[in-house]
Amino acid sequence: MNTTIRSLVAFSLLLLLTTVVAGVIASWAFLYPENFNTAIPFQQLRPIHVSAALFWIITGAVSCLLYYSQETKKLYPAGQKAIGIYAALWITTILVIFFFYSIKQFGGREYWEFPPWLSIPILISWLLLMAGYFTYWVKIKDKKSLYWIMWATGILFFCITFIEQNLWQINWFRQSYLREVTVQWKANGSMVGAWNQMIYGSSLYLMAKISGDESIAQNRTVRFFYFLSLTNLMFNWGHHIYNVPTAGWVRHVSYLISMTEWLFFISMIRSFKSKLEESRRLKHLLTYRFIIASELWLFLNLILALMMSIPAINRYTHGTHITVAHAMGTTIGINTMILLGAIGYMLKVEELDKKHKRTITLGFYITQLSLLVFWICLVVAGIEKAYRTEIMPAASFQEIMRPVITVLKVFSLSGISLLTGISTIAVTYLSSLKRIRIL
Amino acid sequence: MFLRIWLTLVSAFAAYTTYLYFNCDNKHLSSPGIEIQQGQNLWQAKNCQACHQLYGLGGYMGPDLTNTISARGSKYVETYIRYGTGRMPNLHLADSEINSIIAFLSWVDSSGKSKVPANKVHWTGTYIIK
Repeated sequence: MNTTIRSLVAFSLLLLLTTVVAGVIASWAFLYPENFNTAIPFQQLRPIHVSAALFWIITGAVSCLLYYSQETKKLYPAGQKAIGIYAALWITTILVIFFFYSIKQFGGREYWEFPPWLSIPILISWLLLMAGYFTYWVKIKDKKSLYWIMWATGILFFCITFIEQNLWQINWFRQSYLREVTVQWKANGSMVGAWNQMIYGSSLYLMAKISGDESIAQNRTVRFFYFLSLTNLMFNWGHHIYNVPTAGWVRHVSYLISMTEWLFFISMIRSFKSKLEESRRLKHLLTYRFIIASELWLFLNLILALMMSIPAINRYTHGTHITVAHAMGTTIGINTMILLGAIGYMLKVEELDKKHKRTITLGFYITQLSLLVFWICLVVAGIEKAYRTEIMPAASFQEIMRPVITVLKVFSLSGISLLTGISTIAVTYLSSLKRIRIL
Repeated sequence: MFLRIWLTLVSAFAAYTTYLYFNCDNKHLSSPGIEIQQGQNLWQAKNCQACHQLYGLGGYMGPDLTNTISARGSKYVETYIRYGTGRMPNLHLADSEINSIIAFLSWVDSSGKSKVPANKVHWTGTYIIK
């Protein structure tokens, strides 16, 4: 492992710790704002939590793909240098973003809440990553395994969607609120697809290496699903804005494309038996457990996503905590689980002593159990809000939220438990990072 | 073959994106004036979307504000912004800043309704919103 990847891994794990700590404090600030408003109000905690989560996922995904790529072939010195500068600029900019949050300077865009000029160093650093990685990537002769394509797709589309996310800074896009909100959520939705390409690429790599069967990453089915997920990345973002009165075809195209996700669902059910047999065979491997957990979370969140993609159902779920359940279920249950498995594989956690392995296993089970309670609470809170908003309309917002707040108290308690589980794993990983040799 | 499918998809994406930019808004409301733009900038600078939603998009701490001006009136909104509540902090805004936020919210309000009525749901499950 070289210094750049080591720094990126350490930084991403610190971001993960920041995410869970800020998330827990924010959840209590949501419940008892009067105790937090003078010191650290919710609108300051939320951007810290959300940005840390986004940057954990993206930084973690990049560290994994850089490390795994170099297991095949070392980067050229020029590429190494570009990626080294990318890492330094990326990390510095993120630290500056947190500094601005601490002095309450915001940009106020959903997910990207930092002052807009900070998008410039983020973009420059990403372009450096692209320059370093793609000059290396084009020279890899054997790219039959699909993870190569998925990593490249993820890096390319993150750049495209990040630029699109910043188009609002051009006045023409703000001349119409409907255009502004449509483009914003088109970019946000597609960007999730972009980082999923990077993360699922690493998951596919890991599956192929753990099972010793490279055909997993080369068969026709995996190619078909790559194109299906790419289509969804490009066109399936409309469920965010079904209720926005844009031109009707925007909604209809998204609805149609989103229904192709049923194919993922059917495929998961069809492969359930073989996955179960394989998981029995490989369950002793810590890293594999994270991948299996991510598959279970994918199953649950896919059901939720499919339901939310039907406008007639979205009418009830939109703007409720069901949306949060989907967002947190996918970022924690799927993305974080895959990344923890992939980073664990990178850190060779299977070679750790019994005590450390037991600690990771404990952290793993605490995380799964807490996340289940956490996720169910959000779904219940969402159903409650939907019922009181659409079916039995309450007179005021306070009345709608009263029973929701009760459920969110259980959610906040499970958040503390989730913090314990994830921190246990992250801290063990950080301590084992020390023993990895720098090349 | 693989590359051909990939390029076809990327071309479709580029074409769809361009078409979308120019044709997604079929309402063509008047462009926002200076006060509305200032209100939007302030909305972002104060990170209002961390707690409030517009068209159901944003935070969950406070209510959706898409149609709050037409539903409650600008005086009602002004009072909340000026003094805050137990849950909402007082942002200590000047009169002109409060007016610009109200102008922005009125502009958003005129773009449509956040809630979709049941009679706008088509039997196929989609919405028919004009």
